[in-house]
Amino acid sequence: MTSTTSRHWAQTVPGSTALPRVLAGDGRRDLPGHLARHGQLPDVSGSALLDAVEAAGLSGRGGAGFPTARKWRAVASGAGPAVVVGNAAEGEPASSKDHVLLTTNPHLVLDGVQVAARAVGATRVVLYAEPDAETWAVLGEALREREDDRVELIAARHAFIAGEESAVVDAVSGGPGLPRAKPPRVFERGVDGRPTLVQNVETLAHAALVAHYGPGWFRALGTDDEPGTMLLTLHGGRGRTVAEAEIGTPLVDLVDLAGAQAVLIGGYHGTWVPADAARSARLSRASLGAVGATPGAGVVVPLPRGSCGVVETARVLVYLAAQSAGQCGPCLNGLPRIALVAEALAEGRATPRDLADLRRWAGLVQRRGACAHPDGTVRLLTSALEVFEPEVQRHLAGRCSARDHRPILDGRS
Amino acid sequence: MGPEPTVELLIDRTRCVGHGSCAELLPELLTLDEWGYPSNPAGPVPAPLQRFARRAVGTCPVLALRLAEQPARR
Ligand SMILES: Cc1cc2nc3c(=O)[nH]c(=O)nc-3n(C[C@H](O)[C@H](O)[C@H](O)COP(=O)(O)O)c2cc1C
Ligand code: SF4
Ligand code: SF4
Repeated sequence: MTSTTSRHWAQTVPGSTALPRVLAGDGRRDLPGHLARHGQLPDVSGSALLDAVEAAGLSGRGGAGFPTARKWRAVASGAGPAVVVGNAAEGEPASSKDHVLLTTNPHLVLDGVQVAARAVGATRVVLYAEPDAETWAVLGEALREREDDRVELIAARHAFIAGEESAVVDAVSGGPGLPRAKPPRVFERGVDGRPTLVQNVETLAHAALVAHYGPGWFRALGTDDEPGTMLLTLHGGRGRTVAEAEIGTPLVDLVDLAGAQAVLIGGYHGTWVPADAARSARLSRASLGAVGATPGAGVVVPLPRGSCGVVETARVLVYLAAQSAGQCGPCLNGLPRIALVAEALAEGRATPRDLADLRRWAGLVQRRGACAHPDGTVRLLTSALEVFEPEVQRHLAGRCSARDHRPILDGRS
Repeated sequence: MGPEPTVELLIDRTRCVGHGSCAELLPELLTLDEWGYPSNPAGPVPAPLQRFARRAVGTCPVLALRLAEQPARR
């Protein structure tokens, strides 16, 4: 790192432990407001930016938590000029964080896109976003203000799997937006066969802050292994809020677990965790890993005691089966069967043999799709069968202990 | 690692139509599930089977199989 860059960071560091970070603002999302808050991006080289993101220990906020700098290096060293795609597809119905981020601080995301493009030496830069009216208007206006005609805005397909990296690449390449087989991974061969960085827009916003304030500032929050903050979509009281929290925060400080029997962590591809385990867990891969979960893309849904986990899970499985792209045999055949039996179980019509089928199919679809959709679906199913085991038995006997039948998890797309 | 090149048999699931002829040629490596789609163990193809694996690749009617020279990165 050059001394000029560290001097810049030293001069402009805002409260390093202040929250929020990527959502920080005063309601002004225009360019003058953004510049008043953060200033211009420092004029440093791509390799200095790469080093800074590596030193910051930033990892992906799109769900998988992959080290960001490692991906940038792979793309930067690939064959030919790179492509950067900011991923704001946010196909997960239980997540709203990317939408809130984009419409709150569009210029921070665009700074991040610029930082990533410089770091990997990209000659094409795309923002792939759900084309709702608000996002489109905000992004269009932000790009006009920056007089930036380098960033292409491409509309994401409205589908759960739209944001999967190879589906993103397919859409940006002019295809229907469906996942494709790997290898090659998109960082090797992506858009038009070029090395492609597909990066969640929240990750890009954090990268922008690293560029503005430096890795030391970034590491002042979070844990040593998982520095920084992350955006969450917190459910409860039949509504949701998007919040930014320090990694390592106890879950009890984030959502009300008082009346909960279990918590869905990570979203529809996530894991049910019993409320007792959730009460002692923290928001980090390390802590949640000990209870079989990961923070995923930051969705946290407490399930109230009066609701039924079997019914809630079945509704989501029906949705997920309908979201299969129908390309891969095991996914095409397995997911609808899983959904049908889960629905029968929810309605008290399933037999122990059906349950055995369910478990066998779960094994058959895993790791046998072009994308991880079957794996994510099985993760949800398997954790439900485990955490709600007594309720599963009750359903096999044709009963359900729910007192409140209002849906917690949405089955709509 | 021996002198044989390490090859891995990859199935493009978006192409495979469950035709099953690959499993007939290479039952040591490929098994069909209850819907007729093949599975193979992860990792390199054992050297004595590589010849048959090549033949399976060549006979898949939808070109869903290929041999990759190094183990796939994930
Ligand atoms: C079925 C499926 C859906 C996904 N949807 C999204 C999405 O909507 N947005 C997103 O950023 N990543 C999504 N991902 C993860 C992407 O494939 C990719 O890992 C991510 O965009 C990389 O960005 P990150 O490293 O910044 O997290 C999805 C993955 C899968 C398997
Ligand atoms: S695994 Fe399922 S969702 Fe993924 S590409 Fe194949 S058919 Fe589509
Ligand atoms: S021969 Fe080809 S299409 Fe048929 S099962 Fe094997 S891989 Fe699939």
